[in-house]
Amino acid sequence: MAKSSIKIRAKAKDGVVTVKTLISHKMETGLRKDKKTGKVIPAHFIESVDCEHNGAAVVNAEWGVAISKNPYMSIKFAGASGDSVKLSWKDNTGKSDSFETKVK
Amino acid sequence: MQRRHFLKNTMATGAVALAAASGLLVPVQVLAWNKKAFDAKDVQGAMKGAIGTELTEASDKIKIKAPDIAENGAVVPVTISSTLSGVTSITILSEKNGTPLVAKFNLKGKAEAFVATRIKMGKTSNVIAICESGGKFYSARKEVKVTIGGCGG
Repeated sequence: MAKSSIKIRAKAKDGVVTVKTLISHKMETGLRKDKKTGKVIPAHFIESVDCEHNGAAVVNAEWGVAISKNPYMSIKFAGASGDSVKLSWKDNTGKSDSFETKVK
Repeated sequence: MQRRHFLKNTMATGAVALAAASGLLVPVQVLAWNKKAFDAKDVQGAMKGAIGTELTEASDKIKIKAPDIAENGAVVPVTISSTLSGVTSITILSEKNGTPLVAKFNLKGKAEAFVATRIKMGKTSNVIAICESGGKFYSARKEVKVTIGGCGG
């Protein structure tokens, strides 16, 4: 399996888990043109991101094309060290990826 | 139809959260991508599509952390947090983007009213944050100046 497109850091402090995540994705808006050919580059972006904490959904994000390239997202929820955090995304071409880690 | 569907969903969130807390079910409820809202060309349309209404109450309990001047409109860091209780969704709009709706974060279960991300902004405009709490919508806005090509704001 290729390297995951998702990087997660999850840290617990005072009963609150802060999750920071970076996803490697080009987030093409569908408005840009290829400089060489002059053709419009088709839109290719992440539509939804789901985050689960110990198997229960905590955040379901719906994204548009206005999220930056290689998206960064940070969220917080009540939890403790050792809990599991799973993040998954799906883009408009049907591609998806997910990654699971433990809270530090 | 979509609006109705959406409202139903938001109202169901509380019940889902409760069920999740008691471990009765694992809600992996993925809504279909809200094309209508994300394709809307104006703020009103985007708001109607995303939250079902264009009426929000201004609130000082929502904090938007974003730069006053963003040098690069392609990467504008935005952090939204709120001290409102029971926030079930946070919506971000960039007023003068071709399609203003940036993202909607549906918060469930133990999630706190906090979201940070990086967004694209076409030009200088307001960033609008809408928090949903107890079926009501509260909003806050902050102007971000976007300088393109370093010609100053």
